[in-house]
Amino acid sequence: MDSLGLEIAGLTYDFGKGPVLKDVGFSVGPGRFAVLLGPNGAGKTTLISLITRLYDSRTGHIRVAGHDVKRQSGRALARIGVVFQQSTLDLDLTVRQNLNYHAALHGLGRAEAGERIEQELGRFEMLERAGEKVRSLNGGHRRRVEIARALLHRPDFLLLDEPTVGLDVPSRRAIVAHVHQLAREGGIAVLWATHLIDEIFDGDDVIVLHKGEIVAQGSVDEVNRAAGTAGIADSFDKLTGGARE
Amino acid sequence: MSPTHYRRCFIGILEREALRFLQQRERFVAALVRPLVWLLIFAAGFRQVLGVSILPPYETYILYEVYITPGLIGMVQLFNGMQSSLSMVYDREMGSMKTLLISPLPRWFLLVSKLLAGTAVSILQVYTFLFVAFFFDIDAPWTGYLLLLPVLVVTGMMMGALGLLLSSAIRQLENFAGIMNFVIFPMFFLSTALYPLWRLQETSPFLARLADWNPFTHAVESIRFAMAGKINPESLGIVLSALLVFGALAVVGYNPARGTMARKAGGPA
Repeated sequence: MDSLGLEIAGLTYDFGKGPVLKDVGFSVGPGRFAVLLGPNGAGKTTLISLITRLYDSRTGHIRVAGHDVKRQSGRALARIGVVFQQSTLDLDLTVRQNLNYHAALHGLGRAEAGERIEQELGRFEMLERAGEKVRSLNGGHRRRVEIARALLHRPDFLLLDEPTVGLDVPSRRAIVAHVHQLAREGGIAVLWATHLIDEIFDGDDVIVLHKGEIVAQGSVDEVNRAAGTAGIADSFDKLTGGARE
Repeated sequence: MSPTHYRRCFIGILEREALRFLQQRERFVAALVRPLVWLLIFAAGFRQVLGVSILPPYETYILYEVYITPGLIGMVQLFNGMQSSLSMVYDREMGSMKTLLISPLPRWFLLVSKLLAGTAVSILQVYTFLFVAFFFDIDAPWTGYLLLLPVLVVTGMMMGALGLLLSSAIRQLENFAGIMNFVIFPMFFLSTALYPLWRLQETSPFLARLADWNPFTHAVESIRFAMAGKINPESLGIVLSALLVFGALAVVGYNPARGTMARKAGGPA
């Protein structure tokens, strides 16, 4: 059980105006890159808020690395690395200060945090920018810092909510490729929420969310077969009634 | 989670607040200039208009400047409490509050740490104000400066907790400006910061009653007594009670199961 990255079963959620998520269930194993694909308004951000316990679910369960997010929230949150859609970096602090803050929230000591910051920033080729204020970085570099930050406490499960929004094409490609590599080589379970088809690689798992319901899930081929189409773009259009932007 | 984790997390939150404070020099200057304008201009102008009789904790007639200094200290903390919650509404809109809320330690601990960090900043502002005021003949016995410190922790926490409670209930930054007008100004003017309660009683017993219920009045009186080297147990007790009520409600407000956060999200994302 502990080896599992993310497990969701029977998850239903509403804001009082009808359900936003209906009986959602899927899992992401270690080393797997799963794409949560859905048009705007599908319920992706609500699902992410539930996984990170910004909201609480009343029905169903969410487990991260075997820990129930509701009952063992501390243990579960300690195993999650998150990159939100909107940047959560402090613009007036330097890259290193932002990362130090995150390390402290996760209980890392100074020396250990320093080593990991060097390591993660080095991995994303951002080490030489460590002393610069985040405000001076471009969008692509800020994203790299956020992903480096999300990995500082060595999570089992990495959650990214439309992390390439607003980035230029080369930055987008580089980040997508890099996180795929992380899952493959680091054995981390990755859930990547997006509505952009070209961020899906052939070996990825795909979960198609539409109007709060999972309408298809599996490998790219399995989703295509279920939709009766040849390519994932057509599958997505068919499954979501052409809701893609 | 080990005690070391709690300690590191608290120090991290404190450091971040200190770094942000150092980065925002305008905020520090504004926090200093605001009470000084009241002290050096308003109080000078109103010295002759608003006579203050002998009233506890003072044992003799005092200048109006001396009377309003505790109120101005309260104002520094009130503004700081509201400003740090303003930054939380901003943080939540911008997302960086999420960084705090999704970290593994219990949410009450994270919020109390943030509250303590904000209070530490306000105490720094207060002592800087008192240092400047000293050169304008506003001083206190050394026991007063010493006793003031723990009292400022309690009063600062109370005002910070009120700000935290408001920030948990406010959806957007725009709404916050309205709340500032409906909270800061009534709290400040309906208190003993600028005039003693008996003055208000003469004009309107109803307003005097409201001022007596206002926790800010009791924060100001706690500060006033502390500066005179004395303790006002009644006022301090009321401030502590208000701190517990505001703090508990804020923790409930930020609780994902019972709080206002999910309701404020308002609809599907």
